[in-house]
Amino acid sequence: MSIAKHCLSIALITLFCAGSTLAADTSRQDELKDLYFGEALFQAYQKEYFAAISRLDTELAQYYGLDEPNLSSLYHHIGDAEFSVGDYELYYRMHNRASRAIKAVIEGNVEDVVRNAAGYRLAKIYYQKNQPLNALHAIEKVKGKIPEHLRYEEAFLRAQIYMVNGKFTDAINLLEPIENAEGVKGFAGYNLAIALLQSGKEEQGLAQLNKVGQISSSDEQVLGIKDKANLVLGFRLLEAGQAEPAKQFLDRVRLTGPFSNKALLGSGWAAAAMGKFDRALVPWQMLAKRNITNKSVQEIMLGVPYAYGKLGIHGKAAILYGQALESYSKELERVDASIKSIREGKFLAAVIGEELKADKNWLIKLRELPNTPETHYLIEMLASHDFQESLKNYFDMVELQKKMSTWLKQISAFEEIIAIRSAYYQPLLPDIEKQFRILDSKMKLRIQQRDRLDKRLKKMLISPKPELLATADERILLHQIMNLENDFNNRGLSNNDPLMARISRLKGRINWSIYTEYDVRLTDAHKHLHQLDEHVNQLDKSYKSFVRTRQAATQSYKGYDNNLQQLTIKINQAQTKINTLISRQGYLLEQMAVSELELRRQRLEEYQVKARFALAESYDRATKKQEERKEEQLKIKDDMQ
Amino acid sequence: MVKKMLVRLIIALFALAVTSSLNAEELVTKEQIKGLDEQVQEIKKEVLAISAELNQLEEKLLYPSNTQLAIFVSMEKNSKTPPIALKIMLDEDDISHHIYSFKEIEALNIGGVQRIYTGNIRTGEHNLKINVINKQSGGNNAHTVSHLFEKGIKPQMVEIRLSDSGVTFRNW
Repeated sequence: MSIAKHCLSIALITLFCAGSTLAADTSRQDELKDLYFGEALFQAYQKEYFAAISRLDTELAQYYGLDEPNLSSLYHHIGDAEFSVGDYELYYRMHNRASRAIKAVIEGNVEDVVRNAAGYRLAKIYYQKNQPLNALHAIEKVKGKIPEHLRYEEAFLRAQIYMVNGKFTDAINLLEPIENAEGVKGFAGYNLAIALLQSGKEEQGLAQLNKVGQISSSDEQVLGIKDKANLVLGFRLLEAGQAEPAKQFLDRVRLTGPFSNKALLGSGWAAAAMGKFDRALVPWQMLAKRNITNKSVQEIMLGVPYAYGKLGIHGKAAILYGQALESYSKELERVDASIKSIREGKFLAAVIGEELKADKNWLIKLRELPNTPETHYLIEMLASHDFQESLKNYFDMVELQKKMSTWLKQISAFEEIIAIRSAYYQPLLPDIEKQFRILDSKMKLRIQQRDRLDKRLKKMLISPKPELLATADERILLHQIMNLENDFNNRGLSNNDPLMARISRLKGRINWSIYTEYDVRLTDAHKHLHQLDEHVNQLDKSYKSFVRTRQAATQSYKGYDNNLQQLTIKINQAQTKINTLISRQGYLLEQMAVSELELRRQRLEEYQVKARFALAESYDRATKKQEERKEEQLKIKDDMQ
Repeated sequence: MVKKMLVRLIIALFALAVTSSLNAEELVTKEQIKGLDEQVQEIKKEVLAISAELNQLEEKLLYPSNTQLAIFVSMEKNSKTPPIALKIMLDEDDISHHIYSFKEIEALNIGGVQRIYTGNIRTGEHNLKINVINKQSGGNNAHTVSHLFEKGIKPQMVEIRLSDSGVTFRNW
């Protein structure tokens, strides 16, 4: 792999990470119409993606279970909710499910802005998963209005995708106008330079690298890419045999940045290439004082004595080769101890330790913990995409494992709640049920009576029946009069009899009241019926409330057994799988770390062999020089004698 | 000639330095990493399905719809007086209190809504009292506001909206 290609791949990864962080900051402009959707956003904005997806899954399941989902408050956000699930799944590294969810949104009936945001995310998934053609197809579907916060990122991603598909001219056209745009400053310029170089425009590409190498910014990421541009430019020129300008660009790289060691190494080699070994010693000696675990530092431990040798100072060179040998031996011991520590499981135990979790400088903290491997040797590997992804997966599995045991405890608590409710309600309910049935039949009877009265009153409006509105006293009196009349008739009294005339008068008096007061009585009867209705309504409310309470009491303990049993089985099964995955993922991480250390071990051994040979050679030369001097001195002595 | 050889040596040494970390990962194959990643994704899917099922069960079992009360907190975007802490009382009983983290304030600030309390209450009228401590330029400011609401037979949601001009409530 050429240096330029390697640097390019690193730049693309760095840029991708920068891009995804920016993309995470998306907020909804519209008014919120569903509080639970807002809750999912609240979780997601805090990067609690599991909680956010779980909430949205729950809400979406309820939404699709409704007969009339258009009446649900989630209806107003359904497109956004579907898209967000895919988005959050992506952040939760569930790429397979996320791409399906996002594809569904793209194919659905959504606005341009939503569709394009989804298309952007899908293209990004494919790009990240190293599927350049799929990424190209996805990004080419992004047309029309693009969300404002993705304006430059979309163009930048599009250019990156064009580059990995070999469409350098298209990438150049896209990158040129956004070179200094907010959020992609430095990165766009650097990628523009790489695109120019890849498309064969060597001179323009180098000029562009030079331009990026002079960017002024206070942003650490931009300063990093500025250093990278100078480093790539320097090494490119060094490869082309232009050591002098190469040194100038390499000297531009900051002495404290992540590329400083490589730049010091390169600067020295550029001076050496010009035959100026004294000038090469300046950056190399500076580099030699840095952390011994760094590859460049280890390499330059041979470079410094090599330069002294070239300057003819073989004695000093021999001493320095000796020191290098000693350092390599010590480092080999440290590497061996680190491999042992990893194999004993201390690396993973430290990585998942609680004390490191909240600390973003966990890598540095890890170094300070007792019995952990020397992480200086693992820095590059720890920062690599594959290791980071595997480590995140490992963390996620550990988190899921904790969730599983919490859920099992929760289910056990639910079972207890259900048992307590069942023990309380079951003996009470039959008696309540009995009383309820009695009350229920009484209530039904009264309601029937009320309905009969209502019907009669309505009929009386059409065909008046005053006798039906007689008072109880009037009815009793009329009944008594009728009995007396019958009695008198049986005794054979004639209608002209004064007693019969009195009966007739009394009857007439009562009927007078009944007939003359009919209208007033009918109005009163309606009023009373309305009053009765109020009571009936109240009764109905109490009835319904009772029915609900009775239902709630039953539902509070009935019908859960199956669900809980199935959930317990599912959780147990998932727990077994998670435990297996934790072991496998952990083994893989350890294996990656051990492999890295084995390689470093191999390199140290190679340096050791080279140092031994060089030491011997330096001694020989120093001895030879000493002998030559002695001979010269003897010759001078002889001449004088 | 010597210079050319030297440059080649430089490049070879440098290339060795930059490629060794890649080789380390290659020893653990990409297929191994990918295969395991697929399995991890699969189990995440299973666990999320369990989580959604458990959420529904929990709601049904612990907060039946006829007695359910959920209280949410939202905040005006770009508020200059974000909350430091919040205490909620329902019918004079303390039911919830919360101290806000920076992350939570940020999430509220861009439109997230916090579910601060879920519980059960009887139908009828209830009094909600909020004691909020805000961050202000001259120091912290605490104030209390009340809200009366009627709990019906459906689940009741109350939104507490915090803004620079004060606290407002909305029944959902």
